Amino acid sequence: MTNIPILKERKKQIYHKGEGVFDLTCDTKSLAGSISQRACVFCGSRVVLYPIADALHLIHGPIGCASYTWDIRGALSSGPELHRMSFSTDLRERDIIFGGEKKLYASLVQLIDTYRPNAAFVYCTCIIGIIGDDVDSVCKRATEEKGIPVLPVHSEGFKGTKKDGYKAACESLSMLVGTGSVENIGRYAINIMGEFNIAGEAWTIKEYYENMGLEVVAVFTGDGRVENIKRSHGASLNVVQCSGSILRLAQIMEEKYGIPYIRVSYFGIEDMSKALYDVAAHFKDNPGIMKKTKEIVRNEIDAIYPDLLRYKKALSGKKAAIYVGGAFKAFSMIKALRSLGIDVVLAGSQTGNKDDYEVLRDMCDEGTVILDDANPLELSKYCIEKGADLFVGGVKERPIAYKLGIGFCDHNHERKISLAGYSGMINLAKEVYSSVLSPVWKFAPQRMIS
Amino acid sequence: MKTREKIEYKATSNACKLCSPLGASFVFRGIERSIPLLHGSQGCSTYIRRYLISHFNEPVDIACSNFTEETAIFGGGANLKLAVENIIKQYNPELIGIATTCLSETIGEDVSLILKGYNKKNFDENFPEIVSVSTPSFSGTHIDGFHGAVRAVVDSIAVKKKISTKQINIFPGMLSPADLRHLKEIVSDFSTNYVMLPDYSDTFDGPLWTEYQEIPEGGAKIEKIAFMGDAVASIEFGRVLSGEESAGKMLESRFNVPCHSLGFPIGINETDAFFKALENITGKPVPEKYVKDRGRLIDSYADGHKYVFDARAVVYGEEDLVTGLASFLSEVGIIPIICASGGESGLLRQKILDIIPDAEKIGIRIIESADFVEIGEEARKIDPDFFIGNSKGYKIAREMKKPLIRAGFPIHDRLGGARIVHVGYRGAQQLFDTISNTIIATRQEASPVGYTYM
Ligand code: SF4
Ligand code: SF4
Repeated sequence: MTNIPILKERKKQIYHKGEGVFDLTCDTKSLAGSISQRACVFCGSRVVLYPIADALHLIHGPIGCASYTWDIRGALSSGPELHRMSFSTDLRERDIIFGGEKKLYASLVQLIDTYRPNAAFVYCTCIIGIIGDDVDSVCKRATEEKGIPVLPVHSEGFKGTKKDGYKAACESLSMLVGTGSVENIGRYAINIMGEFNIAGEAWTIKEYYENMGLEVVAVFTGDGRVENIKRSHGASLNVVQCSGSILRLAQIMEEKYGIPYIRVSYFGIEDMSKALYDVAAHFKDNPGIMKKTKEIVRNEIDAIYPDLLRYKKALSGKKAAIYVGGAFKAFSMIKALRSLGIDVVLAGSQTGNKDDYEVLRDMCDEGTVILDDANPLELSKYCIEKGADLFVGGVKERPIAYKLGIGFCDHNHERKISLAGYSGMINLAKEVYSSVLSPVWKFAPQRMIS
Repeated sequence: MKTREKIEYKATSNACKLCSPLGASFVFRGIERSIPLLHGSQGCSTYIRRYLISHFNEPVDIACSNFTEETAIFGGGANLKLAVENIIKQYNPELIGIATTCLSETIGEDVSLILKGYNKKNFDENFPEIVSVSTPSFSGTHIDGFHGAVRAVVDSIAVKKKISTKQINIFPGMLSPADLRHLKEIVSDFSTNYVMLPDYSDTFDGPLWTEYQEIPEGGAKIEKIAFMGDAVASIEFGRVLSGEESAGKMLESRFNVPCHSLGFPIGINETDAFFKALENITGKPVPEKYVKDRGRLIDSYADGHKYVFDARAVVYGEEDLVTGLASFLSEVGIIPIICASGGESGLLRQKILDIIPDAEKIGIRIIESADFVEIGEEARKIDPDFFIGNSKGYKIAREMKKPLIRAGFPIHDRLGGARIVHVGYRGAQQLFDTISNTIIATRQEASPVGYTYM
């Protein structure tokens, strides 16, 4: 045991598998003073919309919110790169007093004229919710005058959690969907949803689907284009990845256009293959698709298997801690790490819900610690106590791992290495291997477990 | 030359500034057993943590009072108190440094009023000091948050105990941990009794741990800050800061502690002034090792002068860093052809002119309240030889196929941002070697011959 204290209120959000009844509290606001690893509503919206590369992303508020999210993510584009710019209305004191609408309007006009985007998103940050700017009507006016959709995103940071930001983004996207022509879209057409093309992952996934004989209408939102989103209601299936970041949109599209959706994950061989099979199974009327799919899965696995075995041999018996944004990713990671012979001793997420945590509990081994909305002290405490050799998380967790002499694998949106698909599985193995087995750790001071 | 008057209602594109609470967090992190707490909603503190972590590669714990919808309407008092209590339970700090955010400022929160009575007297001896600073980002940048926090700490902790301490107060400004270490080495070679505020030389750049440290070791000692009113002198860096309210001036007017306002000690001229001040304060001569450092530096200036003379550099970052770098560059014959900052003091132009009186004639462009799109536009007009500043200029440097020499904060695309030494003769040595070698390398690579001698 370490002597790191756990706050009383936080104890309800921590569960040791095998000890007592499982009743994890989740889906709550973060505790004041606890130092959550979460960001805000605005962050959630930014995650979802950011990769749309031919849209203008204007952050309405003071400068920080824009500065800190400038080019922060590894979402690639095959063409325009407007998403890698950071635009802010940079509100000043007099705007706070007299309102920021004029400045917002002038900024929109100036930026649209300069960059000629195909759409614009206006993100409301915290103080917009206080000073009461009528962002909707400014957007409406700009839409009319500039001839492109200018969409408000109601992402005031304090109005909920990151998940509410996902919803706000989905609602803005839903205003675009259905405004384009669905001509020339075939019967076997899908939308890839919740795939943000980090390090080109969407391209890998898209290629699998195309090789299966499917048409991809739009990717939400990796390498995203406004035109494709507008016509995405022409697809006959929405394939949704990730922990619900874009689930709301899939639901809206089901209600409005009758497009069914399935949930998948592209991380690890097991989930990747299941994703392709599930999609193929949806198009039962065309057995050719399933046949093709089987071939692809077989070839892909054959191609990486020998390397994978090599890594597995080296990594067998190591212990991992996983702390990610959405719980869905944690599920895949547990399976993927197991396939490398690694046991998971800590699993947690920023935004998991009750159902997620039940699945997580069932998947984990006895003794695993399950955490919701953890803080750095808790993460360190349990990493030390459980003897983790590897931490899978994001940039904010990286120095915690390194300080304690623990290997680290970045599995967040900032990563520069593709971890999805079959090739991604090998990259993951390589990443884990090169951190966990690095010789530098022999210089790390012995961890003291008092 | 022109100073930019901002066109009314213009968007900021790729900002060359950060927000105030980030600067305040630097300061609160630079005090022993202290932890920053932002009064506002979760995003600001998480984003700021992430931004700092990417530069320092150290765990950065910044707490937050976690505003919700109800708090935004009914006020954040209860949340703030809860945050303070939870921090004490988990971190057991000696000081909690509270910085406001745009949100709490907009709804008009008064932190000192909320926390009235939250002090050692009313609780127990172990209750931490609480210092709060108002840091609305709509009326200042990160550097204002930085200096504001230094002032707030001095204001609430420094007293005059009428004891003769011979202490020297150092207010270094926003420098790298390696800079702070070097400054401490220099000052302690003159006098062992000094305090530097902030001092994050260890807390932002420490070794691996044997067990988790809630608050990393190091930082300015609170007892020493308390003695600031009895000090023999303060040294405060920053020519731009010298034109504004500052902690040093506060100590001067309140307790008659003489304040030496100097430029950032970058390059020989500004470093000489620093050593001169130390000589005057302590009555001791410059130690031999610095005389030698200085000698070697000048020797290298002689070896490399031809490569750098008349080279043209785009310099950007905080105003005082830009001013310091401009002073160094011009003393070796490099023209800081663009001096740009997102800072808003309105003093940059004059401070550059103080250092380079003929700046106008040479064609130096000084851009105040700049963003990176403006800097890029200006840079494209003049075809500079290199850029010098933080990593955020990389986008432009890459587009223009010009080298970027990394200096200042943040360095997000290289290792070792914390270990860059800018100040003192040693800092100038590092900068001079890096710049000369970058220019030499550019020529070598462009050469059809590829000489293996210079
Ligand atoms: S709201 Fe203000 S304090 Fe918060 S990130 Fe934005 S600019 Fe910074
Ligand atoms: S001000 Fe609000 S929207 Fe901006 S970063 Fe902070 S919490 Fe998020």
